[in-house]
Amino acid sequence: MSERRVVVTGIGVISALGPDRAAFWEALSQGRSGIRPMESIDRQQFRFQNGAEVAGYDPRQHFDERLLGLTDRFAQFAIVAAREAVKQSGIEFAEPTRTAIVTGSCVGGQGAMDDAFVEMYKKGLPRVSPMMIPRVMANSGASQISMEFGVTGPAYTVSTACSSSNHAIGQAFHMVRHGLVDSAIAGGSEAVFSFGFLKAWEAMRVVSPDTCRPFSKDRRGLILGEGAAMLVLETLDAARARGALMLAEMVGFGMSSDAHHITQPSSDGAALAMAAAMRDGGIAREAVGYINAHGTGTAINDVTETAAIRKAFGAHADRIAVSSTKSMHGHAFGAAGAIEAAATILALAAGVIPPTANFTEADPQCDLDVVVNAARVAGVEIALSNSFAFGGLNAVIAFKSPSAL
Amino acid sequence: MSDDLITRVIHVIATTQHIPVETINPDSTFEQLKIDSLDGINILFALENEFNISIPDEDAKSLRTVREMAAGVEKLTTSV
Repeated sequence: MSERRVVVTGIGVISALGPDRAAFWEALSQGRSGIRPMESIDRQQFRFQNGAEVAGYDPRQHFDERLLGLTDRFAQFAIVAAREAVKQSGIEFAEPTRTAIVTGSCVGGQGAMDDAFVEMYKKGLPRVSPMMIPRVMANSGASQISMEFGVTGPAYTVSTACSSSNHAIGQAFHMVRHGLVDSAIAGGSEAVFSFGFLKAWEAMRVVSPDTCRPFSKDRRGLILGEGAAMLVLETLDAARARGALMLAEMVGFGMSSDAHHITQPSSDGAALAMAAAMRDGGIAREAVGYINAHGTGTAINDVTETAAIRKAFGAHADRIAVSSTKSMHGHAFGAAGAIEAAATILALAAGVIPPTANFTEADPQCDLDVVVNAARVAGVEIALSNSFAFGGLNAVIAFKSPSAL
Repeated sequence: MSDDLITRVIHVIATTQHIPVETINPDSTFEQLKIDSLDGINILFALENEFNISIPDEDAKSLRTVREMAAGVEKLTTSV
């Protein structure tokens, strides 16, 4: 089948920056961080104190008792974001087999598993709820979205740690582009704030004791985040035909594997993924004006990513604005790519680049044009969003400004 | 610093890294022992269990040799 152009017509976001897309963009464009003292666990038992939790989330506002019992927080976030994206898009699934749902998640319903195992191991209960499996499975978000909208096309979940939702969005994009389906709901969701999982992150010694300062010389690590973002993708022709608002064109998707180390990143692998995304979209280096960086705020990621951007773009690297919005919404792991895709598309649509918040001092090893602390007005034609996962699995997606449509 | 403490630290490193105790001496650097960042945090985890201590992230960052690691453990065990 011939290639078709693909556009984004809906975005839904729930994050530490607020319950919806509007709150998300308002905070991003003002450089306001959602990083705060963690509320969902006993902070006294942790070396790190701050996180980027979805504050004030009340699942009862969104779900009836039946669905509450069937879903973990991560799946609930996925559904909330999908509803907002579909609503904004105005899309109707008249041919339900022709829509795909692809979601990303790193650890699925680990919170539900943590809760159930505490009941058994600590409280001595001899059994766990039969609802645990439906809550825990990583595809529960994708499955619930399919039931909510009656979508019967391809639906699945990708798990590649911090790259999960970029892989998910990229695969959905390729399916629409190549005619396997006509539209897709794609993104990712994550909910990591359980005692056991946070203890595991504490042991990794990469969580910042204060805040997240990507590319800043005094950065001290990442900040854990949670939430979800979903995009509605459809063909340009279909969007035009129904008069839909087009938020951006999705133009490229590139993947690579470092084949290097299970936790240390490689600039070669990251550069390969950026180059692959450019090749996939037929994008000239010079057309790229903004990169929403993986930018975790760890000592090694930000130096490695700087080197990777230089490898991928050569001299043009100095003319690309770079920011890490993880400084505001935290590192949402399997949802990170989707939340950052939303930030990237909203930035293209508004002509405003959200900053790297909490930035204090330039690092000579991260000598890119980092947009710091305050948003920058800039008309950008093409923007990339990078995700580089533990395990060396890289996924980069590329979007084009709606003004170019 | 007692020889006993150094010996225990070396034993923890040998067990965690699956290398013979004889290949490690107090002045071995992590680089010489081919200990990367992930190995490093795994050793810290094993030391926390062995000595029943909690090692702060900032203290752990500057460690480069077995002796420095043992000195850090001694500081934490005697300050309790």
